[in-house]
Amino acid sequence: MLEQTGQGAPKASDLDLFGLLARFAPLIFLLVLMAVFAILEPRFLSPLNLFNVMRQVSIFGLLAIGMTFVILTRGIDLSVGSLIALTGLVAAAVAKGGFESRFAVGTAAEAAGYGWPLALAAAILVGMGCGFLQGLAITKLKVPPFVVTLGGMSAFRGAALLFAGGGPVSGFDEGYRWWGQGYVGQVPVPVIIFAVAAIVAWVVLRYTRFGRNVYAVGGNPEAARLSGLNVDRITLSVYVIIGCMAGLGGFVLSARLNSAEAVAGMTYELTVIAGVVIGGTSLFGGVGTIFGTVIGTMLIGVLLNGLVLNNVSSYVQQIIIGVIIVLAVAFDTFAKSRRKRA
Amino acid sequence: MTDGASFGSAGTMPGSGAPPLLRMTGIKKSFPGVLAVDGVDFTVGVGEIHALLGENGAGKSTLLKILAGAQPPDEGRIELSGETIELESPLDAQARGIVTIYQEFNLIPTLTVAENVFIGREPLRWGLVDWARMRRETRGITERVGLDLNPDRLVADLSVAEQQMVEIAKALAVSSKLIVMDEPTSALAESEVARLLQICRDLQAQGIGIVFVSHRLDEVKALCDRLTVLRDGKLVGSADVADVSIDDIIKMMVGREVDRLFQRRATHRIGEPALRVEGLSAEGDPRDPSATRLYDVSLSVARGEIVGLAGLVGAGRTELARAIFGADPIIRGRVSVDGQAVDLRSPAGAIEAGIGLVPEDRKQQALFLALAVRLNLSIAALGKLTSRFGFVDEQAETVMVDEYQRRLNIKMASPLVEVGNLSGGNQQKVVLARWLALQPKVLIVDEPTRGIDVAAKAEVHQLLFELAEAGIAILAISSELSEIVTLSDRILTMREGRLTGDVPIEEASEERLMQLMTMGAPDRVRVHA
Repeated sequence: MLEQTGQGAPKASDLDLFGLLARFAPLIFLLVLMAVFAILEPRFLSPLNLFNVMRQVSIFGLLAIGMTFVILTRGIDLSVGSLIALTGLVAAAVAKGGFESRFAVGTAAEAAGYGWPLALAAAILVGMGCGFLQGLAITKLKVPPFVVTLGGMSAFRGAALLFAGGGPVSGFDEGYRWWGQGYVGQVPVPVIIFAVAAIVAWVVLRYTRFGRNVYAVGGNPEAARLSGLNVDRITLSVYVIIGCMAGLGGFVLSARLNSAEAVAGMTYELTVIAGVVIGGTSLFGGVGTIFGTVIGTMLIGVLLNGLVLNNVSSYVQQIIIGVIIVLAVAFDTFAKSRRKRA
Repeated sequence: MTDGASFGSAGTMPGSGAPPLLRMTGIKKSFPGVLAVDGVDFTVGVGEIHALLGENGAGKSTLLKILAGAQPPDEGRIELSGETIELESPLDAQARGIVTIYQEFNLIPTLTVAENVFIGREPLRWGLVDWARMRRETRGITERVGLDLNPDRLVADLSVAEQQMVEIAKALAVSSKLIVMDEPTSALAESEVARLLQICRDLQAQGIGIVFVSHRLDEVKALCDRLTVLRDGKLVGSADVADVSIDDIIKMMVGREVDRLFQRRATHRIGEPALRVEGLSAEGDPRDPSATRLYDVSLSVARGEIVGLAGLVGAGRTELARAIFGADPIIRGRVSVDGQAVDLRSPAGAIEAGIGLVPEDRKQQALFLALAVRLNLSIAALGKLTSRFGFVDEQAETVMVDEYQRRLNIKMASPLVEVGNLSGGNQQKVVLARWLALQPKVLIVDEPTRGIDVAAKAEVHQLLFELAEAGIAILAISSELSEIVTLSDRILTMREGRLTGDVPIEEASEERLMQLMTMGAPDRVRVHA
């Protein structure tokens, strides 16, 4: 993985302490933050609270994994928050036995539904389909990703509102809810899903040809084309990947809340992009890792949780998150210019 | 010409006439390891059009940068109208009336003609931009030199020739005394060139001095009053254009037998044609407005043969390489490798057919600078190293990278360092290794040794010889004629998108090639296939 962070091994002659520090800065910052919160509020370190933090983070984390692929290719996806609402509703409706009976409640209604496996599959398929459409607009119509996904953000939210027809779709069977509320031992199921997704994504980016190609396309699209890569197909693929993660995320979120609604996932895209960027992925493409994204996303989760435990108002929380995003990128730029000069 | 018509007028030294507009004496400038300009004198009179000539690397660009105030000279004196000056910055040079128009225009495409002409100096009224005056004055300036240019048009909508007019209008708006034009005609069509030359004459009539840098000697002959030739950083001489022939000029520019700096391979066996190009016409890179159009190019390169492609800036060498490689759309024509037609819709098709391209601009077009050497080297050959499930066989990859590191003598701390940290020569070897790893049948190298040191250059040449020896057909492009002559078995010359000559190495002299590149009959030349 280190190979592709773009931060090559320092020369043996001058061990670059600053460079090393820069590479692990998000991790170091996360640990410092946790230590501070632990001192301020001992409850912070209880396993219950930590797993709680992780469970809150896991939805963001799923989206952030997809977002890492997208940003690595110099793209952006603003539509994930809306897409998570739409796919959650699709999953919920399938679990309820279809569009007509989506508001039915009670054990009879649960029995009449199509069950969670189909619900999950439907959510993922819809997510991938939406990602495919956006990828098509980006590669074939040559509309910039920012604009396409800004459109998607509005369109998918509208579709979700239309689909929901006013109210939330609530009340699922136990099998469905387990994906959001269940535990394996002490570990919440969403955390496991996040961890598995992160490992798969890491393997794909690190060990497959496709992963190499993603870095190459983001690093220098023209060089990638002249090396024989199908840049359009690779670009399209990353939007399908993030669509898949949004589908999975929408399903898990609805299971955790035992409810799907059209206003779910509002502003998620901003938190997710913040996590990816704080984790060291460059918005200019070609540089970044899944490891960084996991750390960056956890950092935001820990920060929010710690601030809540210390009774910091949610307004102030937003200000702090905003400042940290800017500082993280400023630090990254500074570290890079230092490396260039070295 | 330097002794103007104003001798005897009050205030000038008796016997010397009026001082020239510009006089540079004993200019020296060195960069680490190179003496770029070595004691050059350069004088331009009032209302004189002066050609500055020389091969690539002769020191023209350095002299121009000094004149533009972009770089201070190490030694020497610059006088403007008899007054010794120091040019602190490009802005300072402009304020003194010296304006340089570069090949790459300094225009803002999203603004109008008037806004560009007055950028940074917009006329104000009550603190707000006085649009009426800006338009009026822009029109006045353009009419002065016989231009018809609507001040309200967006620069992005203008042709290359019109954008150049805007640059000239910009220069006039700051009441320039001396306008330096670097290769002003290289991106223009024939009719546009005629217009530009007319504008130059109008400027001359108004007493403005012009430094005209061009490779096209016929234009120099038609337009300029005097010329100065540089070679290897030194002044070869100045002359009145009327007194010298084009052959004389070429001799001054080349001035020496080809340095046999590098050893040519002793014997070579040339086989069957591997690459064959028939009737290729193309528009060039759609994103590059100054791309040269290709007209009906046909050529062939045999197995084991190195064919050099020579031409001046804008001759279409790079465009030809990119068209053969499927990098730019073509209009018509056919490319085949070993008799099999190549799918030219994308580089992937050309690579599939066994063609590799080492592009002109290593950093922009070939390398992933922030990524590891290993990824850079193996990216094109990964197909061979990938299992059914898409996993890269990293052991095999490491073996491959090690092999090419050894064979090409690539110096690096480890295959995992960023390729951006390597020297230019080692970077170029990584790009070459990328294609060798694919075992190509045809290799096109565009400026294979640009910006790399002499030792690495010799290594790259040696490598190309070995590859030819191994049966690869090589098409080599270089701006350095001596490099072309060193490498090639046969040399093709280009001018304005057409092939103008096909010269076996035994008959190639720099004079002959320069002639074909600058004067070569623009009509089609039969090239044996």
